[in-house]
Amino acid sequence: MGDPMRIRAQAKDGNVLVRILMSHEMESGQRKDSSGNKIPAWWIQEVTAKLNDKPVFSCEWGPAISKNPFLQFTIKGGKAGDKVSVSWKDSKGDTRTDEATVS
Amino acid sequence: MQTRRQTLKQSAAAAALVAGAGLLPQHALAFNKAAFEAKSLHDALKDLGVSGDPVASADVTLTAPDIAENGAVVPFALSTKLPDVKALVLLVEKNPNALAAVFQVTPEVEPNFATRSKMGETSDVYAVAVTKDGKALFAKKEVKVTLGGCGG
Repeated sequence: MGDPMRIRAQAKDGNVLVRILMSHEMESGQRKDSSGNKIPAWWIQEVTAKLNDKPVFSCEWGPAISKNPFLQFTIKGGKAGDKVSVSWKDSKGDTRTDEATVS
Repeated sequence: MQTRRQTLKQSAAAAALVAGAGLLPQHALAFNKAAFEAKSLHDALKDLGVSGDPVASADVTLTAPDIAENGAVVPFALSTKLPDVKALVLLVEKNPNALAAVFQVTPEVEPNFATRSKMGETSDVYAVAVTKDGKALFAKKEVKVTLGGCGG
């Protein structure tokens, strides 16, 4: 759903630096619409990542994380040509997975 | 639709695999609703399994701007040099719900994460390292917000 994640995975000093820009509204549940009703919260709750099909990363987010979330982490080991896949799941149960090759 | 179902199945299988391998602590697998709905710092940490009061530590680092021009997008980086850390946690004290993010510190990643969060108003922001035995060590910084990021 939405636009693909932009994933940059770079091999550096024996590790892989992963930077991701996701496309998601990340509605905090605090905003009100023009009638004064609160817009319901809707946000990415879990993000996981794998290096060549091995789970390596996991985090949980609250609705405070900014719209179109940015995420950066470093996988130990890994080299150019490896595959990094990133998945997220949001508060409505929607999920998305995108992949990138380590450069 | 088929593709999505496959993806969902794979995600569930991966989660089960990780659980079986004991890579992630049991309580961390299900989204920790209570912790993310807690209002205060203290309650959020308690819901994350922290016992006792958090202690300031020079071995936990929070990188954050002194002034956030746009409270909707404030960049943060959290890291730690401590061993036996199971999670690095980002909390914004004055937000409606203090807990912003929980990063699992697995053996496969550096204990170093960055993201961007909303801040409703000027507030202390905390990076907390939660150790395997439930202790919390933190670094904090006051971040001034000129335009709040939570709404209105």
